[in-house]
Amino acid sequence: MKIAKHVDEIIHCILPGSTLMIGGFMGVGSPHRMINALVKSGQANLTVIANDTAMPGVGIGKLISSGQVSRVITSHIGLNPETQKKMFAGEIQVELVPQGSLAERIRCAGYGLGGALVKTGLGTLAAENKSTVIIDNETWLLELPLFADFALIHAHQADYFGNLSYQLTATNFNPVMAMAAKKVFAEANEILPVGMITPNDVTTPGVIVDELIAVERI
Amino acid sequence: MMNAQEIIARRVALELREGMLVNLGIGLPTMVANHIPAGLNVFLQSENGLIGLDARPPEGMEDDDLTDAGGGFVTAIPGATRIDSVMSFGLIRGGHLDITVLGGLQVDAKGLLANWMIPGVLAPGMGGAMDLVTGAKQVIVAMQHTAKDGASKIVPECTWPLTSIRPVSQIVTNLAFIEVTPGGLLLKETAPGVSIETVIKATAAPLMISPAICEMVLSDS
Repeated sequence: MKIAKHVDEIIHCILPGSTLMIGGFMGVGSPHRMINALVKSGQANLTVIANDTAMPGVGIGKLISSGQVSRVITSHIGLNPETQKKMFAGEIQVELVPQGSLAERIRCAGYGLGGALVKTGLGTLAAENKSTVIIDNETWLLELPLFADFALIHAHQADYFGNLSYQLTATNFNPVMAMAAKKVFAEANEILPVGMITPNDVTTPGVIVDELIAVERI
Repeated sequence: MMNAQEIIARRVALELREGMLVNLGIGLPTMVANHIPAGLNVFLQSENGLIGLDARPPEGMEDDDLTDAGGGFVTAIPGATRIDSVMSFGLIRGGHLDITVLGGLQVDAKGLLANWMIPGVLAPGMGGAMDLVTGAKQVIVAMQHTAKDGASKIVPECTWPLTSIRPVSQIVTNLAFIEVTPGGLLLKETAPGVSIETVIKATAAPLMISPAICEMVLSDS
């Protein structure tokens, strides 16, 4: 069993300079309580791996605005002008990765694979400084695994084993990120007694979840 | 009089076939959904994790966890499926996606697309565009024929960074329907009321004219 802890206590474990995977797609399915606590606690020099940087004032966008992120590995920053501004000013290092390759690189880290061979990005700027592999006269681009110190996960429901279920498009990168980090912190809309989430509905098994964020009571 | 975007959306809609899995990019390509021929069942994919995307919900009936790739509220058809990002792009890369419709900054004489970056000016990132152009069975670029300054967006060679080294299948603009062939760009249809000369003048890349050239038929939905 896991005892759900206050979000501030959990976020305190994240050291400056850490690499974080943060779930969500344009803020949908992002762990908003952990992001807010991280902004409040102020750890800096963070590397963030995420699909996008949302918008100013939304989700991961808050961490960009607060200046806590020095490097971001992401597929899209188009809806956050602040990320682009900071990138052009040299205040933040941005590595742009095609969305499917980003998902695969995270999957490789979590699933014990040394890399993924893809066609995406071949012959484009996305292939810069990456190796190619020729198999049966066909050229592939080698995308390497992406690891993180912490994965900050949003789920729809959790139970006190840490089992997680996800809801609709709030799923996105959360399940794969939960596989790829040394420590997995999960916040859910609700935490249920063990057994309430049926085995079929558990997407992320609780054994890989390290900490549960307590639901805030109004 | 139909506006330029509506002409493009209505023409692209006629490329859809029964049962297809289709991805519509943000912006103009999304408008194609408004003109899908009546009675035709297609499955729209939203790369953030949905097959069976449907219209925007009425105000007051939104679901925070049911959104499109831009983060906007949507609905889903009965029989829709939620997928995670790994499967979403597995479908795209793995050749399961029948059609992708994307916007473009430039398309060149070989049918190569540039649509994700203007160095030093615009760096939104490629998002899913590189996977879509590389992996979908049919790639349709839906864009205005010329830029706001009047410059042709169909050029001899892309000057901005490429999205993929795989050529697109068709280019649909407010002036023309152009097929990308191994021999070059083939002008197959002109938009209603637009002459062949007008299309040639607005196109910086060489164009072959199809012997069967005709006026565009548009979806009446």
